[in-house]
Amino acid sequence: MSELLHEKTISELSGGLLAKDFSSVELTRHFLERIEKYDGSLNSIITVTPELAMEQAQQADKRLAVGDGGPLTGIPILHKDIFCTHGVKTSCGSRMLDTFISPYDATVVHLLKEAGVVMLGKTNMDEFAMGSSNETSWYGAVRNPWDTETVPGGSSGGSAAAVAARLCVAATGTDTGGSIRQPAALCGITGLKPTYGRVSRYGMIAFASSLDQAGPMTRSAADAAAMLTAMAGFDTKDSTSMDHPVDDYVAGLEQDIAGLKIGVVKEFMDDKLDAGMAASMAAAIEKLKQLGAEIVEVSLPNSHLSVPVYYVVAPAECSSNLSRFDGVRFGHRCDNPSDLEDLYKRSRSEGFGAEVKRRIMIGTYALSAGYYDAYYLQAQKVRHLISDDFKTAFDQVDVLLGPSSPDTAFKLGEKADDPINMYLSDIYTIAVNLAGVPAISIPAASVNDMPAGLQLIGNYFEENRLLNVAHQIQQVTEWHKAVPGQFE
Amino acid sequence: MALDSKEVEKIAHLARLAVTPGEVETLKGELSGILDLVERMSSQDTSDVLPMAHPLHMNQRLREDEVTEEDRREEFQSVAPLTDEGLYLVPKVIE
Repeated sequence: MSELLHEKTISELSGGLLAKDFSSVELTRHFLERIEKYDGSLNSIITVTPELAMEQAQQADKRLAVGDGGPLTGIPILHKDIFCTHGVKTSCGSRMLDTFISPYDATVVHLLKEAGVVMLGKTNMDEFAMGSSNETSWYGAVRNPWDTETVPGGSSGGSAAAVAARLCVAATGTDTGGSIRQPAALCGITGLKPTYGRVSRYGMIAFASSLDQAGPMTRSAADAAAMLTAMAGFDTKDSTSMDHPVDDYVAGLEQDIAGLKIGVVKEFMDDKLDAGMAASMAAAIEKLKQLGAEIVEVSLPNSHLSVPVYYVVAPAECSSNLSRFDGVRFGHRCDNPSDLEDLYKRSRSEGFGAEVKRRIMIGTYALSAGYYDAYYLQAQKVRHLISDDFKTAFDQVDVLLGPSSPDTAFKLGEKADDPINMYLSDIYTIAVNLAGVPAISIPAASVNDMPAGLQLIGNYFEENRLLNVAHQIQQVTEWHKAVPGQFE
Repeated sequence: MALDSKEVEKIAHLARLAVTPGEVETLKGELSGILDLVERMSSQDTSDVLPMAHPLHMNQRLREDEVTEEDRREEFQSVAPLTDEGLYLVPKVIE
């Protein structure tokens, strides 16, 4: 039995826990053993919390015994190390926070705790979520379980690799420009970025506040639905949280999608798209047709401006958000500062890595006197045009479709010295964040034996529909069931 | 857009980052490259477009002016690099 526990879905595990086929303590021990055995080759986890996990598992078993459990009670998960966890190190992948023990829980962490999940630890990530390969982490690069010479994508690369290698049942991630969807695509898992404001950002270390959004990273759409049900909701502690009813995402999964209108995004599927990737998308479109969906072509005419706009808006917001790291109240402080300015400058220079510094500097420049109109204001205007493209598209279709990433996983080091080339890894994901709409990446047919991601984009608050379409595809395909060989 | 060394040093100072002369050289090329990428948006005509403030055009919520947080100063200061009797310590600012 125990060899197969890591292959079970959340609903199967939940059923097994209720039927007392196994306990949460046994389940938790099974995953802790897998982490011990396999994570050395992946580096997907920064902090493992075995004692805390066993304690939470015992509590979960007690709750289940008295009939007080829910669908996630006793399920072992990992949190991206961007979420504050009370009493547990929260590093955000940075030397700046290497010794930071959070004095409070993020709302996402709190809600999942209330639901009874067991936290196994905190996953590796690009420093402050800035990166698309997980190579900017102070704790070293994460490796892709499908080929350990390649990257898992980023910035939620640790969560994606851990879910793909079955080191946890599910994980949390965050997505500012593709940081859930791109690593989900590269590691062959399911990753959902909800509508901006759907999941609370309280206690999630801020990178670009108008774009950041947390979401689930799982092996299937059904598991993502179970996770999102617990994570979503209005939170007065987040001033941008939306007071909008939360759907029953699990109940919506089985809906028939016959007659649904799906728009293939012309700009994401032009002749520049890699041939293997195009074939993978075509196979997914064929499945959707068999399920009765109507496929049409739609255009997002300003989407080619997404990357330029993003590299003004995100750095501008990051330069102000990261000004809080000053070596005074928390975080890294340099030795023997000669004066206050020296304290600020050296603490920040020692605490931040190269990519974070580049982005802070671009943002500082874009917001500096004399440049605001040309950069930030122009970017926010073009952002409006990009956002309006989605409104026009959703007047014509129910869901948009395209690849999640231009390529499958690339080699470690391949793009590390070329920031611009790295930024272009997110050409298909960034527009979604600029508009604030939800999107999901699910495994499509592999390309040269490496996972490829299909991206489905929905209108505001239509996570339900995205999960429904993703689940229906997963009912008639096996792409999401593939396991990287050495982690079976 | 090509930045020169002086501009890079000025940006670093505004961002309160210490940079070595060698780093300035590298950053000059990298930051100029990123600005070239960014400038692809500048040719877009936006004369009739409003800047986007929020994806869902929400207004800032207001709440009653009441104390909602308890005093946890000691706990919060336990993660600070240097404190003394409830105060954060920094190098002398005023002579």
